[in-house]
Amino acid sequence: MNLTLRIWRQNGPGDKGRMVTYPLSDVSPDMSFLEMLDVLNEKLILDGEEPVAFDHDCREGICGACSLVINGTPHGPQKATTTCQLHMRHYKDGDTIDIEPWRARAFPVIKDLVVDRTAFDKIIQAGGYISAPTGSAPDAHAVPVPKADADAAFEAATCIGCGACVAACPNGSGMLFTAAKITHLGLVPQGQPERDERVLNMVHTHDELDFGGCTNTGECTAVCPKGIPLETIGRLNRDFLKASKV
Amino acid sequence: MTRSKSLTRSTVGKKAVMAVTGLMLVGFLFFHALGNMKVFFGGDAFDHYSHWLRTVLTPILPHEGFLWLARVGLLAAVIGHIWSATSLALRAKRARPVKYAHRKPVQGSYAARTMRWGGVIVVLFVIYHILDLTTGHLNPNPDGGPFARLSADFAPSRWYVTAFYVLAVVTVGFHLRHGLWSAIQTLGRSNERREKFLKGVALGFSVLLCAMFLSVPFAVVTGLVK
Ligand code: HEM
Ligand code: FES
Repeated sequence: MNLTLRIWRQNGPGDKGRMVTYPLSDVSPDMSFLEMLDVLNEKLILDGEEPVAFDHDCREGICGACSLVINGTPHGPQKATTTCQLHMRHYKDGDTIDIEPWRARAFPVIKDLVVDRTAFDKIIQAGGYISAPTGSAPDAHAVPVPKADADAAFEAATCIGCGACVAACPNGSGMLFTAAKITHLGLVPQGQPERDERVLNMVHTHDELDFGGCTNTGECTAVCPKGIPLETIGRLNRDFLKASKV
Repeated sequence: MTRSKSLTRSTVGKKAVMAVTGLMLVGFLFFHALGNMKVFFGGDAFDHYSHWLRTVLTPILPHEGFLWLARVGLLAAVIGHIWSATSLALRAKRARPVKYAHRKPVQGSYAARTMRWGGVIVVLFVIYHILDLTTGHLNPNPDGGPFARLSADFAPSRWYVTAFYVLAVVTVGFHLRHGLWSAIQTLGRSNERREKFLKGVALGFSVLLCAMFLSVPFAVVTGLVK
């Protein structure tokens, strides 16, 4: 099939950037979205042009590197799917596809479609861990965890930190990401000693990094490739208010 | 972050302020709508209710004492609500300096997407509404009693006033449809199992409240109450 791609090009952090149109022919419906961009880049290189920079690593939906806003939706039209797992069979001959980077002050563009997501690492550093004494590994079942809690914690732990939640949020909030970590660690016994401190410090760091505040619109969970539920944010709110002693 | 500052400085704390003040305002709206139902017992009953509001709890409180206490509380809630809403809206603006060229709302309801402008419309309406029916300045019958002002307001020839009232009430309905559930989620009382049910309750309550408010101009325009 033949496509028209409109892609955000930006030489570097200081460049203003712009949408540039590229026609691309003979795209196979079996290609992944990123393979389609690989084909475009080969063509650009042959033509002596600068290839489009975009993030990717595993290409199997587990690393969270790929990060494209496709026709206005982070990770494109297919629910619970990363960009790298999206296939061109979802498009038809003659389609125009707009491709943009995540847009947030906290995620500045490095080049073209690549953004700097260090802000997420800083949120994790503020509390996304447990302190455990080193030594020999404890017995796997020494600390019992209720099944329902273990399941909810595991579901939250599937977050790959891609940042689609921030990209989709009308407020540019990173609350779903933060809440996934609060849920993951807050529901298991190992996370209890630091539970209050964790939520206060992670929310504080989130706010300092110029993310917006959550207003419960739910855009984040709709685009999340791992389907992290909105209730994680409710849990974060509850923990936060409790830790603030109100 | 110290605990005391976390409430007003953090995004989550600001939202909690928005939720609590919003719920106070919802409580007020419900009793306001309920009180308006007096109109169906006749103009005298309506005027009597208005008089009662000014004399209730006297002589423990001075004349209109209860009313002024309520007004101070409401004003505080409105200020807290608008302060947190404005602060979060400005923050959201700052958080995305470069807009998307192609933007599509994914899932958020119409109500969720119009909270900010809806809130502004509601506040403008409230100012007009007070000057119209409380102080009488903008009412065609400023010297009449409460029911006389009401009838003058919704006279068929002044259809544009009635239309504005309808628009404002529907705007409040949309605001509450998202706001009510949002407040519960903000206070950490929603979860995945309850979410659908709570959203249903928020919708049902908003529809009921709109119906109660709208029934009054409807009754006057159609001559059901005189
Ligand atoms: C200028 C006036 C107002 C403005 C600017 C305003 C704005 C807002 C905004 C921006 C939100 C958050 C929406 C979101 O979740 O995205 C909100 C929530 C809410 N509003 Fe208002 N509003 C106003 C008036 C009112 C009034 C008159 C009421 C009640 C009658 C009300 C009740 C609520 C409630 C209960 C919430 C839920 C709080 C939460 O999100 O946690 N608002 N309002
Ligand atoms: S490239 Fe690893 S998740 Fe897409």
